Amino acid sequence: MKISYNWIKEYLDLDVKPVDLAEKIERTSVEVDDVIKPSDGLKKIVVGHVLSVEAHPDSDHLHICQVDVGEAEPLQIVCGAPNIAEGQNVIVALPGSRIANNVKIKKSKMRGVPSAGMICALQEIGFSEDVVPKAYVEGIYVLPEDATPGDAVYDYLGMNDSLIDLDVTPNRGDMLSLYGTLHDLAAIYDKPIDLDHPAVKEDGAAIDDQLAVHVDETLSSQYRMRLVKNLKLGPSPMWLQIRLWNAGMRPINNVVDITNYIMLKYGQPLHAFDYDKFAGEDVYVRTAKAGEKLTTLDENDHDLDENDIVIADQKGPIALAGIMGGLDASIHDGTTTVAIESAVFEHDHIRKAAQRHNLHTDASQRFERGVNQAGVQEALDAAAQLMNELADGEVQKGSVVGSSNIPEPAVITITLPHVNAILGTELTMDQVAHILESLGFKVVISAETLTVTVPVRRNDIHIPADLLEEIARIYGYDQLPATLPTGRMTMGSLTTKQRLVRATRKSLEGLGLNQAISYALTTADKAKMFMMQASETTELAWPMTVDHAVLRMNLITGLLDDIAYNSARKVKDVALYEQGRVFYREDGQDRPAEEEHIAGAITGTLLPAAWNQPAQPVDFFQMKGIVAAYLKDMAVNGDVTYVPNADMPEMHPGRTADILVHGHRIGFLGEVHPSIAKKFKVGATYVFELNLQAIVDMPKQENQYDVISRYPAITRDIAMLVDNDITNEQIVALIERRGGAFLQSVKLFDVYDGVKVPKGKKSLAYTLTYQDKHETLVDDAVTQAFDKVSKHLEEDLGAEIR
Amino acid sequence: MSLKDKLSELRQRGLADIKQSTDLKDVNQVRVQLLGKKGPITEVLRGMRDLDAAERPKVGAFANEIRDDLTAALTQRKAELEQAVLNAQLAKETLDVTLPGTPVAKGEPHVIQQIVDQIEDLFLGMGYQVLSGPEVEEDKYNFEMMNLPKNHPARDMQDTFYITKDILMRTQTSPMQARTLEKHDFSKGPLKMISPGVVYRRDTDDPTHSHQFHQVEGLVIDKHITMADLKGTLQVLAHELFGDKFDVRLRPSYFPFTEPSVEADITCFNCGGKGCKVCKNTGWIEVLGAGMVHPNVLKMAGVDPDVYGGFAFGVGPDRFAMLKYGVDDIRNFYLNDVRFLTQFTKKG
Ligand SMILES: [Zn+2]
Repeated sequence: MKISYNWIKEYLDLDVKPVDLAEKIERTSVEVDDVIKPSDGLKKIVVGHVLSVEAHPDSDHLHICQVDVGEAEPLQIVCGAPNIAEGQNVIVALPGSRIANNVKIKKSKMRGVPSAGMICALQEIGFSEDVVPKAYVEGIYVLPEDATPGDAVYDYLGMNDSLIDLDVTPNRGDMLSLYGTLHDLAAIYDKPIDLDHPAVKEDGAAIDDQLAVHVDETLSSQYRMRLVKNLKLGPSPMWLQIRLWNAGMRPINNVVDITNYIMLKYGQPLHAFDYDKFAGEDVYVRTAKAGEKLTTLDENDHDLDENDIVIADQKGPIALAGIMGGLDASIHDGTTTVAIESAVFEHDHIRKAAQRHNLHTDASQRFERGVNQAGVQEALDAAAQLMNELADGEVQKGSVVGSSNIPEPAVITITLPHVNAILGTELTMDQVAHILESLGFKVVISAETLTVTVPVRRNDIHIPADLLEEIARIYGYDQLPATLPTGRMTMGSLTTKQRLVRATRKSLEGLGLNQAISYALTTADKAKMFMMQASETTELAWPMTVDHAVLRMNLITGLLDDIAYNSARKVKDVALYEQGRVFYREDGQDRPAEEEHIAGAITGTLLPAAWNQPAQPVDFFQMKGIVAAYLKDMAVNGDVTYVPNADMPEMHPGRTADILVHGHRIGFLGEVHPSIAKKFKVGATYVFELNLQAIVDMPKQENQYDVISRYPAITRDIAMLVDNDITNEQIVALIERRGGAFLQSVKLFDVYDGVKVPKGKKSLAYTLTYQDKHETLVDDAVTQAFDKVSKHLEEDLGAEIR
Repeated sequence: MSLKDKLSELRQRGLADIKQSTDLKDVNQVRVQLLGKKGPITEVLRGMRDLDAAERPKVGAFANEIRDDLTAALTQRKAELEQAVLNAQLAKETLDVTLPGTPVAKGEPHVIQQIVDQIEDLFLGMGYQVLSGPEVEEDKYNFEMMNLPKNHPARDMQDTFYITKDILMRTQTSPMQARTLEKHDFSKGPLKMISPGVVYRRDTDDPTHSHQFHQVEGLVIDKHITMADLKGTLQVLAHELFGDKFDVRLRPSYFPFTEPSVEADITCFNCGGKGCKVCKNTGWIEVLGAGMVHPNVLKMAGVDPDVYGGFAFGVGPDRFAMLKYGVDDIRNFYLNDVRFLTQFTKKG
């Protein structure tokens, strides 16, 4: 809501600049989006009096005007506006002036005719098109007759005012009005405000004989109407138009403008009906019936919902209550009798109806947040008074009241020690009482207790905590001390899981992978890829896009998306890991289980080519090395084994291994299936994904000191030919099982399956290291152990030792 | 020529030969020539038997002296030449030290992770627990227990991804606070916790909006927690994350789960508080929301608001990272361009 600085000053004696006032409001009550002075940036724009208008000889729409701008000689200005006429006072941008959007106006020629400046439309001096009175939207604006040629136009148009744009939080509906804002400012500046109250001059007949209202009180706790007859519809006076357009509203005619003006002033939305359009003399406030329709003022048709509140006459709906009036019963040329409605509508109904019809209006916004329920009649009276004063209307006697439930003011007790205990302050009773009173609250003090009566207009205040906020903000948050909580000590430490997750990240970063954070919401297809267990998908009810519609059940597709993003930007070497949750859902359950996973993906090379080393493209074994090193860091207890898995549809069937710890599958690693890689538009990519929660839950080996033998180690190399289907793991397992007590390690140092090896065979070579912890090993003992291993390799695996 | 003269001459010639030797082979040759069994000194010594018995020790001593001199000269020359060889080799081995180092594989933590870790460490040090709850939440914990009943107007403030009527993607990490409050045994001590994590909002992704982002919410509940404690805690947070030069100010705001509610601004990064475009000339930038926990939130979790109370705050690591490093597009955090990920390498 844009609130006028000048309007505020009519009620409050302030000696502060608009920006400082805005700053104060922001620090004390609600956020301020902006402070705007409409004349800022404009230069040399004055009132001109059109002395004569002639047709341009070379144009069918341009006119040559002689304009008095208060100087000795009139200016000749060529103008293309259709509504230009002799005798008008107009807005003239002089040569050398600056109009909206920093445009400079210079002397020029238009179709050969010299033109010294420009006659302006309101839009050209910065008015938003939707506040320009309809009569002037397509042409220049015509200033009042008493405007003095040569004067700057700004004051005539209210452009020297400053407008403070408030971003009102949902709880502060009261701030959506001048009066509400004034109450807050009175407290902020600790100054009295002098609000005016209406005095209606009534005439004519009693309203009761002319109008009856029938109200469902659950929909409208207050419903009041007044009737004004013999109105003279016309434009509003300038001061009123200025109030409206400075608040962002278009002036329409005096009757409609008055309702809007009262809303800005009191926060109470009003609606003016053309009484003569009512079918009968009865008005109903009810919910819409199935099949009812309404064309609203903005000429949109609405199929009404049975939860919409409508105002209806005998024939049917004439307004969507609290949101927008209907077109049929609206004020139009020829309206002479107006029924003014001032009411309170149930906020939840209004909120939903505004959403349903996508019709968020100034009225609905205020009803949603709650209006001042103690001021409904006053706003109605003020409107009637103005219709009498500005449109010569005859206000009929009395109001018709369909419902009149005004809530009791909230009475809240609070103690001074409580205030200080919660705020951390040392305020005195006087200070607290004064703050509350300055807000217009009634305070009764008894010993340390304050009994506070909160005016109905502050519908956000119900409990002591609400009062604390009022006291704190008016006292000033800057004045609060800054301390840290004291009291009983608490331990701050990470859980085992949190420590392991952190260690996981450090480990993988140390191994060369960058941490990625990808989207957990993905496509239905991607969610279901690289699955480690069977699961139903979990889908959003109303996704924004298909790209983010389903919860992931793997991390790898996110990493592949990331790689694709990099690769599309010509970044070919990408090494990423991600730690995050996947979401598995059982059939029949609404909510998925969340499992912590860790995944990695590498494409291109882990180490870029350099001047002294060639690039080494990532392969299966590099990824396996990373996984193995990571699992070693995690110290999982039990053997880690890798079992070929040819059955994952997204993985290369010959280059994928399940990862088992102590026989339990915790994940997999390998090359992404080339056709999947192609689908993602990525090159050859190696990935792994592990169930991190499983790693957390597994027993771990503790670090332990092992004596390093002082005695020399003896190594023996063994090379052998074996059938292709014999695995390294089988050979190592056999060597370890049969290697004897002194075998310290087995290390593969060569694999060869080239031309020198018979078909169907491969050659493998290992170094066996023997060592005794307690004495120097005898060669004979090693030879004996070595021979035994060789023999077993031959017998058990059919190896041919070379 | 007397034997002595002969020896003197020998010394002179020997020293000259040593001096003239140019490599280790030469030196060795000279050594053999001078001091070897067939060398002149041996020869001279052999001729001593012709001398008087009285002369013999003198000449013998002189001969030994000469032999020592020559040996010393040889050793020195040898050392000199060895040094020269080494020097030559070192000269040959000289590198262009400005050539780049051999690349090593090294990964970086995500910039948001770095900020989350920093916040966690700060609060761990102040005795807080770190608790992370489910990302798929019940409406009850995400909204209702946060004092946002169904139909509360403030629900429009945060558009939500629903899965069913009652199940949703959490829009904040505070549901974990409700879950923890419900269970906390206050006889064992106050509740001090932060809940970091990913949250989701029904937003269209653009430079300043992301449907997925991070939050760290904090909660302290005890018998004597004040709003001044909240202010002090937020000050510590700002100083830790951004530096001591950064100040914190509080402004009134509205959240259904706190009362009073405040928004906290910190000194503008861009201008240091002087006022600029980034801070709309205020010198301040809004960074987080906070407040004193609403009594309804406590009540709903079964905690007596007449006895216990405290504060809550919520910060956005994405926003912090954007402000701290001037990141101009939030989507950078989730698209994982390696060139972006590897920019934030400062550790400690
Ligand atoms: Zn700034």
